[in-house]
Amino acid sequence: MKFTIMVNEGPYQHQSADSALQFARAVLAQGHEIFRVFFYHDGVNNGTRLSVPPADDRLIQKEWSELSKEHDLDLVICIAAAQRRGIMDEAEAKRQGLDADNIIEGFRISGLGQLIEGGIEADRTVVFGD
Amino acid sequence: MATKKFMFVNRKAPYGTAYALESLEVVLISAAFEQDVSLAFIDDGVYQITKGQDTTGIGQKNFSNTYKALGDYEVNKLYVEKESLEERGLTQDDLMDLVWEDEDDDWAEKPSIIMVSRSEMADVMAEQEVTLSF
Repeated sequence: MKFTIMVNEGPYQHQSADSALQFARAVLAQGHEIFRVFFYHDGVNNGTRLSVPPADDRLIQKEWSELSKEHDLDLVICIAAAQRRGIMDEAEAKRQGLDADNIIEGFRISGLGQLIEGGIEADRTVVFGD
Repeated sequence: MATKKFMFVNRKAPYGTAYALESLEVVLISAAFEQDVSLAFIDDGVYQITKGQDTTGIGQKNFSNTYKALGDYEVNKLYVEKESLEERGLTQDDLMDLVWEDEDDDWAEKPSIIMVSRSEMADVMAEQEVTLSF
């Protein structure tokens, strides 16, 4: 079965960021396909590379990044939500005249149409949020 | 591109969190993709479409007029749960007059709000193919 996963909450604040990651792993472990993971609302914060949790805690953003590399996942951050919350890739930072970007490897920034396409193309769309 | 039945479930008050505002942004994009779009208003989500919203005291944009424009995007199935209104001391008279123009009926103005009971809402949800909850 083909899944699209939507992540609407940020890491550390909310369990649903962890649950989404665990669900994605379970989907892949059972041989299903993930068409896309779309990050919206505060979920865009799952794509920053500047988080530094205490050494004995998990680093959720890096876990997504590694899972993406291992399974060639399409991790998409909503551009409108990202702009509000200061999540930038190099091109977007340059376009906005900002002095830094912060997106972690494996994620890309794109529009909400990617979520709708995800809903159309997948057999199941699963939302993780409050 | 294929057409699917999309439902957007609005559960939160319009201000206080960004869910309602950012949900509307997804609704408008889904309409641009020519999907079969429905909205559900349950719990505090019913406050999103109440009349007379005034945000001057909180320094935020009042986006309630956007709901009035949904009909122009052919988003004209707005299911409102009766019990959620009653639990908050509201009636349909407290809601904005949301309408759409039916081009197959000489552009007659028709109501977009469909009042349903909690169990009817469950039936409508069961018919959907993609349900996004905010």
